Amino acid sequence: MFVQQVINGLTVGGVYALIALGYTMVYGILELINFAHGEIYMLGAYLGIIFLGFFTAIGLTSYSLPLALALTFVLSIVFCSAYGFTIEKTAYKPLRNASRLSPLISAIGVSIFLQNYVMLTQGATDKVFPHLFEETGFEMQGMTFTYIQIFIIVVSAVLMMLLNLFITKTRMGKAMRAVAQDKTMASLVGINIDTVISVTFVIGSGLAAVAGLMVAMYYGLVNYSIGYIAGIKAFTAAVLGGIGSIPGAMFGGILLGLVESLSSSYISPEYKDAYAFIILIIILFIKPSGLFGKAHEEKV
Amino acid sequence: MYLLEVRDLTKHFGGIRAIEEVRFRVMEGSITSIIGPNGAGKTTLFNCLTGITQPTKGRVSFLDTEITGFRPSSIVKLGIARTFQNIRLFKEMSVFENIMVSQHCRTGAGLFASILRGNAFKKEEKIIEEKALEYLELVGLEDFAETLSWNLPYGSQKRLEIARAIATEPRLMLLDEPTAGMNPQETSEMMELIKKLQELGKTIILIEHDMKVVMGISENIVVLDHGVRIAEGTPGEIRKNPLVIEAYLGKEH
Repeated sequence: MFVQQVINGLTVGGVYALIALGYTMVYGILELINFAHGEIYMLGAYLGIIFLGFFTAIGLTSYSLPLALALTFVLSIVFCSAYGFTIEKTAYKPLRNASRLSPLISAIGVSIFLQNYVMLTQGATDKVFPHLFEETGFEMQGMTFTYIQIFIIVVSAVLMMLLNLFITKTRMGKAMRAVAQDKTMASLVGINIDTVISVTFVIGSGLAAVAGLMVAMYYGLVNYSIGYIAGIKAFTAAVLGGIGSIPGAMFGGILLGLVESLSSSYISPEYKDAYAFIILIIILFIKPSGLFGKAHEEKV
Repeated sequence: MYLLEVRDLTKHFGGIRAIEEVRFRVMEGSITSIIGPNGAGKTTLFNCLTGITQPTKGRVSFLDTEITGFRPSSIVKLGIARTFQNIRLFKEMSVFENIMVSQHCRTGAGLFASILRGNAFKKEEKIIEEKALEYLELVGLEDFAETLSWNLPYGSQKRLEIARAIATEPRLMLLDEPTAGMNPQETSEMMELIKKLQELGKTIILIEHDMKVVMGISENIVVLDHGVRIAEGTPGEIRKNPLVIEAYLGKEH
């Protein structure tokens, strides 16, 4: 029972972590809470349905399912990244020097727009993710682990490791850290801030696309409003870990997933969503900057 | 040859005239000091030269290119680097990383190359690392390459800022109060370092309050008061200029 719940928690937690990374990276660089980020995750799920439907229609899925899935992932990532890139350029960049409230309102506007845009084009009812493979897995001492769960855990872990390598080892990663620490100074050592911001949005959106697609495969149902609650949860995870901190988002996401799954099986499933926020409140009482966050220094 | 030409540079913040029609020229290879009482507009002048603030009026040419209105990262690429009065290192990065991140504006491959990691990239990365060590040796920080920059003592942080500015391979360096908060020992070491930079062919503009430093190393001094250039000349000329004495000490009664 316990191990089973841990596996369930890691599955959901991996997804939360992937979305939380997008929140935390954008916050680290722009100090903006990108409320439209949950919608990118929702778009990822819908795009998955659309592309898989297309590949089924042209017969690619029956020819080779892994190839069709791989292409679906790649295309969803590309499209969601393009959405993220465009949102930043149109809704946030013009407000870069405005007061901090303006881009926040703009983000909420984008979120409402995207939800309604998907509702109008895709319909307000639930969409079913094509059932392409049997929900199989293996049993071990009375516990079942489905392959899709293993897949989600492995993909989340690999993506997080890749992101970590990218941030610490590559030139762009170093530039991103420099911009997060001091934008003006970064521009004065020759870093093009606009490029770095765009890359941040592209990477964050790509991760959200993967998360959305995996959740659609896991639950089998997609709805235009799924981005809202997932976004709130992932944002909670990011705050829990310390917003702006990349390891914090990873840890916060996984912690949140575990808390949800363990508490709903050991206490009561009815208040599943409440546990996440109780944990958040407790941690913010003890350490207001989050688990991995640094205490805010007042700039003099 | 004039490396930098500032013509009628003006910056107003609302009703405040931070600098008003400032003009001066800087010879290649020289050390120029900008002095003036607090609030004279010295840092605003630096901000306008580096593209952080856009001037209200006036022009800045560097190497015969008009750079007014350029964004900071483009101005750095043309060859102007700067340091700040209050230290602005990337404090959560190591000393070495602080240098490397500043070299990338000079590498041909750009920010994306590292993802593919071809042979040319690896060769370039090796050259970068060697150069980064050279810059650290120049300022005497080669033994602290892996230290988190925030953990360095104050004087070393100031020197790392200068090394980071050199890493962008500038022709002109703008140093905002490099000796502020330093003891006499550290101050004289900093003066040595600035002279060393000049020997390396860098042109230098300093904002400085320590008159011993200003008179000791500059060839040309520009005096600002309330945003207006009130005098310019060699240390000998400035020392005797009644306008300068008045700006600093007040009018004789």
